[in-house]
Amino acid sequence: MATDIIIHDQKDNVGVVVIEKITPKQDCNCWIMENDSSTNIQSMDEIPLGHKIAMTDLKEGDTILKYGHDIGKVVKSIKKGEHVHVHNVKTKKW
Amino acid sequence: MEIPKSFLGYKRENGRAGTRNHVIILPVDDISNACAEAVANNIKGTIALPHSYGRLQFGADLELHFRTMIGTGSNPNVAAVIVIGIEPKWTKKIVDGIAKTGKPVEGFHIERTGDIGTVMKASKKAQEFVMWASEKQREECPISDLWISVKCGESDTTSGLASNPTVGNLMDKLEPLGVHLCFGETSELTGAEKVCATRGATKEASDKFMKTWSSYNDFILKEATDDLSESQPTAGNIAGGLTTIEEKAFGNFQKIGSCKFVDVLEPAEEPKKGKGLYFMDTSSAAAECVTLQAAAGFNIHLFPTGQGNIVGNPIEPVVKLTANPLTVKGMGEHIDCDVSKILSREMNLSEAGDSLIETTLRVANGRLTCAEALGHKEFVMTKLYRSA
Repeated sequence: MATDIIIHDQKDNVGVVVIEKITPKQDCNCWIMENDSSTNIQSMDEIPLGHKIAMTDLKEGDTILKYGHDIGKVVKSIKKGEHVHVHNVKTKKW
Repeated sequence: MEIPKSFLGYKRENGRAGTRNHVIILPVDDISNACAEAVANNIKGTIALPHSYGRLQFGADLELHFRTMIGTGSNPNVAAVIVIGIEPKWTKKIVDGIAKTGKPVEGFHIERTGDIGTVMKASKKAQEFVMWASEKQREECPISDLWISVKCGESDTTSGLASNPTVGNLMDKLEPLGVHLCFGETSELTGAEKVCATRGATKEASDKFMKTWSSYNDFILKEATDDLSESQPTAGNIAGGLTTIEEKAFGNFQKIGSCKFVDVLEPAEEPKKGKGLYFMDTSSAAAECVTLQAAAGFNIHLFPTGQGNIVGNPIEPVVKLTANPLTVKGMGEHIDCDVSKILSREMNLSEAGDSLIETTLRVANGRLTCAEALGHKEFVMTKLYRSA
């Protein structure tokens, strides 16, 4: 089955869209690179290639994990399946 | 894949090997650009390296200027050098620095002669040099003569997922063969700095890295007027899905595979501790970074891109790779190695690494890069602060 989303690390709470785009209510196949396992998620938003999807519900102040590491903080709550980007996540640096 | 043990390069007087055979016309300062370009126009097969600086610099900034000039002329991809400056003293300093490699180099200063007389004298010498260099033949050189620098640009999430790990895979395979490797981009390791520091081969290297990163970060925080959301990540990064500097940094960091760095280099500093991976303190702007790495003696560059950076360098061939299928589709003329099949899982990382090794060796043997064919010759000096 084709892969729609790649997740770097088992611990990550976001995945990356690797097809041209996913559309709302699309059932997506996710591949977790770290342990070569698979999971599924239904998208809530249209999300283009390279952009991130929330794999779980996230609230303000939560930490986004990618590569198994802290890549920023949630500034606006995010539902599982929603687009994760500069509108709801900010750096903890600078 | 069995990795070839050699490539066809140009053996130089100091024992290094080049992947290219350039004769360069190097202006010492901004006002000598016109002369240098006139000489390169007169004498076919030479290349001028115009730039914006070289006047009234002082202290560490001036030292970096000389290091970059002398390092560029000394790079093994350069067969011979004409140096042109306004004044005799700085011109001679650069000529003397390059002469240590044993390659032909001659300097000309413009004061008291003017542009026209200088162009005439320098053109005669440049003609002699280029005709001499044209008889140089490629010879078999051990793969350990490759000095490979890396830097990514216009990154997106496909960089961290695939094209940067492809470079990391190449590093893991080539490091045991004795090549020199170099990564930089101090500011773009922000967020991953503590993880990066653990990759120092010695405590000394780790400590030196943290000191270098902290100093750069302090400078950014001091000068920043906002949260840098317009600069880092860039608009291109954000369009490609990168949200924060931390995300960009962890993607960036994939380029070194599982290698450990043996030392931390000043900008444009030549590595002196033998084979292996080095970290260089550089800006994260593509042309500045590649110019510094070329000045440190690196003879081939690997440049993973997401959204499609188009940078090249006048003396160090820049090999581009991408994993973004839209970039391959839209601007394929800039891409030397397409690893987009990693995303569709039709290619694994090891296969991608092998493909990049194959491309790298073809370019080392003389195949033009896309950037060379398209005429990209970005030569951008790093300036540390205002002139006196």
